[in-house]
Amino acid sequence: MGANIPNGIGASPRRKEDQRFLTGAGNYTDDINIQGQTYAYFLRSPHAHAAIKKIDTRAAAAAPGVVAIFTGADLAEAKVGGLPCGWLITDVSGQPMKEPPHPLLAQGKANHVGDQVAVVIAETYLQAKDAAELIEVDYGVLDAVADVATATQSGKPQVHDIAPNNVCYVWGHGDKAAVDKAFAGAAHVTTLEFRNNRLIPNAIEPRAAVAQYSRSEDAYTLHVANQNPHVERLLMTAFVLGLPEHKVRVIAPDVGGGFGSKIFLYAEETVITWASKRVNRPIKWTCERSESFMSDAHGRDHATKAELALDKDGKFLAMRVHTKANLGAYLSTFASSVPTILYATLLAGQYTTPAIYAEVTGVFTNTVPVDAYRGAGRPEATFVVERLVSKAALEMGIDQAEIRRRNFIKTFPYATPVGLTYDTGNYEATLAAALKIADVAGFPARREEAKKRGKLRGIGYSCYIEACGLAPSNIAGALGARAGLFEAGEVRVHPTGSVTVFTGSHSHGQGHETTFAQVVAERLGIPFESVDVVHGDTGRIPFGMGTYGSRSLAVGGTAIMKAIDKVVAKGKKIAAHLLEASDSDIVFENGNFKVAGTDKQVAFGQVAFAAYVPHNYPLDKLEPGLNETAFYDPTNFTYPAGSHICEVEVDPETGVTRVVNYVASDDFGNVINPMIVEGQVHGGLAQGIGQALLEQAVYDAESGQLLTGSYTDYAMPRADDVPSFKVDTQVTPCTHNPLGVKGCGEAGAIGSPPAVISAIIDALKDLGVKEVSMPATPYRVWQAIRSARA
Amino acid sequence: MKLSLKVNGKAVEADVDPRTLLVQFLRDHLHLTGTHVGCDTGQCGACTIHLDGRAVKSCNLLALQAQGTEVTTIEGLAAPNGDMHPMQAAFKECHGLQCGFCTPGMVMSATALLKDNPKPTEEQIRAGLDGNFCRCTGYHNIVKAVQTCAGGR
Ligand code: FES
Ligand code: FES
Repeated sequence: MGANIPNGIGASPRRKEDQRFLTGAGNYTDDINIQGQTYAYFLRSPHAHAAIKKIDTRAAAAAPGVVAIFTGADLAEAKVGGLPCGWLITDVSGQPMKEPPHPLLAQGKANHVGDQVAVVIAETYLQAKDAAELIEVDYGVLDAVADVATATQSGKPQVHDIAPNNVCYVWGHGDKAAVDKAFAGAAHVTTLEFRNNRLIPNAIEPRAAVAQYSRSEDAYTLHVANQNPHVERLLMTAFVLGLPEHKVRVIAPDVGGGFGSKIFLYAEETVITWASKRVNRPIKWTCERSESFMSDAHGRDHATKAELALDKDGKFLAMRVHTKANLGAYLSTFASSVPTILYATLLAGQYTTPAIYAEVTGVFTNTVPVDAYRGAGRPEATFVVERLVSKAALEMGIDQAEIRRRNFIKTFPYATPVGLTYDTGNYEATLAAALKIADVAGFPARREEAKKRGKLRGIGYSCYIEACGLAPSNIAGALGARAGLFEAGEVRVHPTGSVTVFTGSHSHGQGHETTFAQVVAERLGIPFESVDVVHGDTGRIPFGMGTYGSRSLAVGGTAIMKAIDKVVAKGKKIAAHLLEASDSDIVFENGNFKVAGTDKQVAFGQVAFAAYVPHNYPLDKLEPGLNETAFYDPTNFTYPAGSHICEVEVDPETGVTRVVNYVASDDFGNVINPMIVEGQVHGGLAQGIGQALLEQAVYDAESGQLLTGSYTDYAMPRADDVPSFKVDTQVTPCTHNPLGVKGCGEAGAIGSPPAVISAIIDALKDLGVKEVSMPATPYRVWQAIRSARA
Repeated sequence: MKLSLKVNGKAVEADVDPRTLLVQFLRDHLHLTGTHVGCDTGQCGACTIHLDGRAVKSCNLLALQAQGTEVTTIEGLAAPNGDMHPMQAAFKECHGLQCGFCTPGMVMSATALLKDNPKPTEEQIRAGLDGNFCRCTGYHNIVKAVQTCAGGR
């Protein structure tokens, strides 16, 4: 696919969205102010686990500026429901997972620090906040449980009565008997026991919402920082508030990063939508960062034991994985699917491992809910696979690249033992490219040179795979999804031939306004400047499922392609009339409809004009207008894959680790805008390196207090924590979507953590260090060195 | 209390509650919403502006502390004819932004950085921007943008 026009497919036009973002003209939710608006502040539980015996709001209600105060009791009285979970997981016993109620404002009991207890609505934000301090809550503090590894032991505090031992589900996947048999005959078994650290997504824009009720229309408008406005609306109206769906318009304007955390339906925006009618005033709510830490859904937090069985030549025979996954205090929107469907199905990685069994226990704790964060289950799976492989290679004395090559899947389509069928791939290509770009051959010399400077240099590999482009709806449905996973696109051609595209995908940094315009410009042969992309407004776009799981181009882009096909098909009929030819003789090339084999043609713009000024037009056979909508439900996931190679230098005196070289060779299928794709990889890598070296949400295991509740304690990657990256792409086009694209948004975060950790272990292996846990902070690395030396 | 200062070249007079932060004054009173708020502890840098030519975090100051100063926000960085400042242009050229939320603060920090050190090394750029978080770009293209801007002078 080469660009046929400037700024078409494969080119890197600079982004359409940048003008407004660079000049301060962006329109984020907190920038929106509505005449007469009030402000909401949520009173949150300071305790991880506490009975709420009494709430006295009288003093607060009398405070200056207060418009209204609502508690859980008010919502119960108004028959407002709880937040739903979008994915049903079935326990090994055959029973459905335990689904405790998830009230918008705590009912009788607070279950994590930050749980919403009441909302104050006032004339100004400070008045709301001041009044909240006057609310007297009589708490009966209960023992709390926060640690996922031990929460299921008997005698631990119970988060929900309906979930004994805090177990939401025990879910099994794969052929256990085949795995046990393979282990029994293995020449070598590698074992790994580790924690996948809990992360806080930390989009730089905090969550925010502005809700408005119109009495004249008896309808609501909600502006909210969200990744999927239609899903937000459907869940909110149908499952929680019982409002007619068509009476609520959800607008996700410019959104300052999501990384998964803005997929979910949260309590705050739901409460203010409901309350906007009660108080008959617009209500604005903006999360303070300290509230984000304790109310945004967190990510990861697994305790895992994994084993890999190999034959004497290093061929993988079987894998066995046991994981306890922290779900937090309640089931967030997609919480149940992340450590199951999006995790265990990826455990084959790039390899032919014939038998795999995974057992996942979903665990409730007195912590904020855990849900999808960039990669969502796939980084956790990749860490299991790639650390096992790296460790096995080390134990068996096989070269890291060689052991991977011996086990690569080489023929496609390939059905894994964990339920996926990879359509295409070329794992050797990305590995070979990464080895070359990383100059692995020169590594021993670099290691020697580092040694002279007193630094220990190590190299680590990661060959990841991911399943993106969620998903065939029927397969997802069979696996427990309670929603469809298609996407929608509308291509509206204007009379003068310019085009507005309405997409159900949502951009919160990904640059859809640019990439989608490239696709349309290329396909219709019109200038890139003549295409605008509209997203994020249920009042304007067709019903779409939004952006997550690296699906926008593969699913949303395909929906647009299908709509373009319809535009072209109709355009051919119009052109045939104008050119006095038969429909079947018309071809569409480079923006012109031509009679095949002749020089007779009309330009796209002329056809558009004829469609809206149908004077010379086949009105007996064809409707006027040129405006087409398409819905697309994929037939398979897409399978981006790649090889990452990381080099680190460790200072053995301080334990400080620097990433000094990072190479990513990725196969995302066809690439529409290489500049944007590289940017996506860079961002993912920084988040993955952040997970490996810096970031961890820490709860006190006894009290359930969040110890990392601000940027002072939660280490975000800064500019001087990461290097410049070397990124490369190899191309095997996806076989089942017309653009041949696979998705690139999460790869960096998926591939990098095991590469970094394996590099550290490689650096320290001569000292006898065998494991370092994430995040590999200087203190931990120093300790690992000390205890290995002892 | 009475506050008078210059914002983006224009004289501004206002009566403000003494508790008002400079960033709130800019956003809520002057409707200059290009300056963003990403934290409540002075760490993210999304609120960075220029105060008498120096980069400062506008969430860390009371509006009254800006009495008599000259403030420049992202809205005031472009030339009067609308042409982007070279740093804005470099961010666009190098794809130094994704969601755009950190961007105004990042650009304001980056311009101040080059004012102090017109030819910084990569290491100096990274150190100089370490008070500004970006969760999207991994900083790679931000560093490239600053280098490009420095090189293009
Ligand atoms: S808002 Fe974060 S530093 Fe000012
Ligand atoms: S571009 Fe999104 S935080 Fe920097």
